[in-house]
Amino acid sequence: MTDEQGTSGAILVVGGGISGLTSALEAAEVGNDVFLVEKNAYFGGRVAQLNQYFPKLCPPSCGLEINFKRIKDNRKIRPYTMTTVKSVTGGPGNYEVTLETAPRYVNANCTACGECTIACSDEIDNDFNLGMNKSKAAYLPHEMAFPRRYVINKAALSAAGAAAVKAACKYNAVDLEMQTETKVIKVGAIIWATGWTPYDPTKMENLKFGQSQAIVTNMMIERMAAPGGPTDGAIVRPGDGKEPESFAFVQCAGSRDENHLEFCSYVCCMATFKQMTYIRERYPEAKIYVFYIDLRTPGKYEKFREKLMADQNSTFIKGKVAEIIPEADGGVTVVAENAVTGNKIRQKVDMAVLATGMQPSLAVQGVPVALAMDNSGFIISDPEKGMIAAGCARKAADVVTTNQSSTAAALKAIQVSRRS
Amino acid sequence: MDKKYCAYICTGCGIGEALNIEELTKVVTSEMAMDCKDHSYLCGADGRAFIEKDMSENGVNTVMICACSPRVMQNEFDFGNDKITVRANLREQVIWSAGVAEEGKEDAHQEWMQETASDYVRMACTRAKKTELPEPFQLETLNKEILVMGGGIAGMTAALEASKAGSKVTIIEKADKLGGKALGWAKQFPTKLPYADLEPNSIGEMVAAVEADSNITVKTSTEVARIGGAPGDFGVTLKAAGSKTEWDAPAKVGVDEQDLISQGKMEDPNAGLKPYAEGNPDAQKFGAVVLATGWVPADVSEYTHLGCGVNEKVVTNAQFEKMAKDNQLSGINSVAFVMSPGGEEHDQDFPYCNSVTSMVALKQAKYVRENNADAKAYILYQHMRTPGHMELFYKGIQQDDGIFLTKAAVTSVVAAGNGCTVTAKDTLLGEDLSLDVDLVVLAAGMVPTTKFENSINLAYRQGPAFLDLGLFDGYADSHFICFPYETRRTGVYTCGGVRKAMNMEETIDDATGAALKAIQCIESADRGVSVHPRSGDKTYPEFFMQRCTQCKRCTEECPFGALDDDAKGTPLPNPTRCRRCGTCMGACPERIIGFKDYNVDLIGAMLKSIEVPEDDEDKLRIVIFACENDAYPALDMAGMRRNKLNHMVRIIPVRCLGSVNMAWVRDLLSAGMDGAMLLGCKYGDDYQCHFVKGSEIASKRMENIGDSLSTLGLEPERVRSEQISITDYDKIPQLLNDFVDEIVELGPNPFKGF
Repeated sequence: MTDEQGTSGAILVVGGGISGLTSALEAAEVGNDVFLVEKNAYFGGRVAQLNQYFPKLCPPSCGLEINFKRIKDNRKIRPYTMTTVKSVTGGPGNYEVTLETAPRYVNANCTACGECTIACSDEIDNDFNLGMNKSKAAYLPHEMAFPRRYVINKAALSAAGAAAVKAACKYNAVDLEMQTETKVIKVGAIIWATGWTPYDPTKMENLKFGQSQAIVTNMMIERMAAPGGPTDGAIVRPGDGKEPESFAFVQCAGSRDENHLEFCSYVCCMATFKQMTYIRERYPEAKIYVFYIDLRTPGKYEKFREKLMADQNSTFIKGKVAEIIPEADGGVTVVAENAVTGNKIRQKVDMAVLATGMQPSLAVQGVPVALAMDNSGFIISDPEKGMIAAGCARKAADVVTTNQSSTAAALKAIQVSRRS
Repeated sequence: MDKKYCAYICTGCGIGEALNIEELTKVVTSEMAMDCKDHSYLCGADGRAFIEKDMSENGVNTVMICACSPRVMQNEFDFGNDKITVRANLREQVIWSAGVAEEGKEDAHQEWMQETASDYVRMACTRAKKTELPEPFQLETLNKEILVMGGGIAGMTAALEASKAGSKVTIIEKADKLGGKALGWAKQFPTKLPYADLEPNSIGEMVAAVEADSNITVKTSTEVARIGGAPGDFGVTLKAAGSKTEWDAPAKVGVDEQDLISQGKMEDPNAGLKPYAEGNPDAQKFGAVVLATGWVPADVSEYTHLGCGVNEKVVTNAQFEKMAKDNQLSGINSVAFVMSPGGEEHDQDFPYCNSVTSMVALKQAKYVRENNADAKAYILYQHMRTPGHMELFYKGIQQDDGIFLTKAAVTSVVAAGNGCTVTAKDTLLGEDLSLDVDLVVLAAGMVPTTKFENSINLAYRQGPAFLDLGLFDGYADSHFICFPYETRRTGVYTCGGVRKAMNMEETIDDATGAALKAIQCIESADRGVSVHPRSGDKTYPEFFMQRCTQCKRCTEECPFGALDDDAKGTPLPNPTRCRRCGTCMGACPERIIGFKDYNVDLIGAMLKSIEVPEDDEDKLRIVIFACENDAYPALDMAGMRRNKLNHMVRIIPVRCLGSVNMAWVRDLLSAGMDGAMLLGCKYGDDYQCHFVKGSEIASKRMENIGDSLSTLGLEPERVRSEQISITDYDKIPQLLNDFVDEIVELGPNPFKGF
């Protein structure tokens, strides 16, 4: 980048998930300067946590590797992790943005040798694995983490842990005195690619998440199935580690529900079919029950559904789950009414998977600037103002659609920079 | 470039403790006769200053960084465009992959690790010797105008959005006016909260905007005869819609077919047409192309059980839309919308539907109600598909007492009185359904134009149409979830109905993205660099044509159709079509294709630099050619997880398995190495190769090489290709061990020492 402080032609992309990465790279490869900021310590966002994409069943890290390589090869992009937008002033073509970078407690000296992790005695919940296991308080978030630089959770460090971590680093990379830093940049347009967060399953009291270890979310299944996940790829019941012999998928856990998310989260049906393949790979005989309102697998996804619906050990029930009841043996009973037959169903299973929907992250986090948003918290794009929304910050979508809209967002931002 | 070399060995991150640095230095200084220095922290400010000092004071311009993986610290070891940096991966793939010494085998373990490191250093030095600085390919003239094919919503959006970024655009449209399918719409879906009311058709405004835009030229009643050339320099011949000209794009004629034609045994499908490689001097020049030729309503005449083609009171959604547009709904008091044709057999929608047809049914039910407040609409669906915010539209419709919605397996539609009787099972009413209605509307799908015609009409050696259309039922779609605009034809981007049944909002996004990709491709051609996935790569394949034998393998195998040929069969490269995968280089038996920093000679020399111990069964040498996008990162991560890799393997990253020239395999075996494995991406219908065909082509080549090995007296089992994913880092060690075990079983290469 020509100017570290930015220019009127520069673009700020907020959020470094697949949407933000796409917007940033597509704009930079046209030739614009791009600031890419991500609140986590690594890029890749939500898709980095997925085991596979539907319907190809390919690992998201494959595409991320290419995107990270594109960033490394492109000096037009300035990537910042652990960074959020504090305030925005000015107008299109001429925004002044204050960025705040939280302390990583590991500076640029880090060689990613990993000695700090080995030395560290303190543990924290592994957020990347949704708290299903522990990591050291000095850690690399995951194998594919880009940038490959360690992070320290200072609050979790004991005095002895702090001393050990500092002593272990030969490169003077541990800096426990690091402070929050702010930086002001100038940009012409801002792309909001702030993504989504899984809907909080405890809000659906009837589904009893948290009251039984047998009740998990679809994102938890993704992490369990992932090779680098908390169980190294095993799908087992948290707590007792039981290999489930029966599963229930509870569709629309929060979505299509005026008390929760009134929209359809777009991906959960396909995600469930994908997760059925994870289960089949591990448990060829396990019983699977899918409780749904509609199976939304349109277009080319129909083939994928067709294949899985032919599975002899799977049953599909059109009916919204009314309640999940924890049972004494560690399993749960799923209660629903079959909308076609009218029969009441009580299905006992070893594990219930809540297909929780996607809530726009900003609906949970709040917004740093006055952005036009709908009542669910999705951003309404305003290209005239140089405020452009991309991906799931704008609407619930799958990865393909997200990348289309993120590529489009890049052009809308470039247009602002080229306005005469 | 007059090269001055220096190797820098980093002794940090445990490298200094694990390896004998003095011995490693000797490998560089004595064997390779190059300077070598070490530093305890090479990627740190001090380490980089140490190298930069050599550069400024001693004129060092080519450095071998013997440290961590090339996947990390790129910026730290980037010393500018006039310097060459080569990496030796001593950390992830040597000391982190060495495992722990077995008891009593400490010395052997140490020796193995040292030997592996030495080989990686030798290979880095050799690579540095053979690498040249790239000189970007520049077209003589670059045209930046974008051609948009199709004047519907997708095409007009692409044109308007490109124009807003300053591009010149020409839209061609077959019909005599702009607007496409949308001209026939009565109303549009709601696009904003509360998603309740249908919106007036806005196509007129879009047409007016296009016509008022001084950057956009519109040519109606026009089609593409052929597109020749390459990004930045496409030569496009236009023609009157529906006419035939001598410049129409010729069909693909393969080598065998050409023989038959020459012998008079087959009719030339291209008789009367100009040869594909002939450029029309009157062609109009464009930099990139957006294909937005849209869709046509699906033919549903096969569904006779639903009264299709039998009963005039059964129409398609497209026909019903026209009735609504033409105000022909009077007298219609009840309409049934049938979403799925499968009855009790299956619950899928009509083919080519996506979720659009669900929404169209909701919209059209509203027409029925708006036209006549007493009229009833029945929507019979298997799965109501209203993703995202469209759910709110659906919810609003449910509030209308005159619109009745149910899941239903519609089993028949028969004529009854002036209307039809619709019967259905498995409804939400708990009973079978029999409905008498005035009209039945079938939710027919949207078939892409690319299913029926070449559409894009390229005058390329590999033929006029997109490839892989069969994988997507005729849609000209990308196969990459992460990269939805990738096609196998660089500089041609598809959007709208040719790649998916989309609603207007999705189409506008898609077309805007396609416009960006078109602009980006032109800018990249202007800079002389590659587009995705090797974006920014300044190298390109160069051909030493004097030695070309016209075998046509490169022209056949290029996944992107970058190579045309002349009448003799000599390849005619089009560097701006090229994605730099090197599949041509892998294909060439004469070894005459190569990049400045990656060629047959360079890798061949690296292979030769590997030390091959004689008479030691514990020291066989097996080369792993690893795809740098997936296999190589997986190997790195195996190292990060301290998974032990077999000490007899030597890993060489390659751009794509497609670039692996079988000469390397033969050479390494003749040099006494014991086996070779190609480690790359999954192929088949769900291929993961980012160059589409690389791993598949490579595995075919490996099958073929087996025969020639047998004639040499070598077992074909010494070579193998394996498909892995980037996440297979915990499985790789076993995969390699199994292969090595088999080779150990076969015994050392008999050519050892010759």
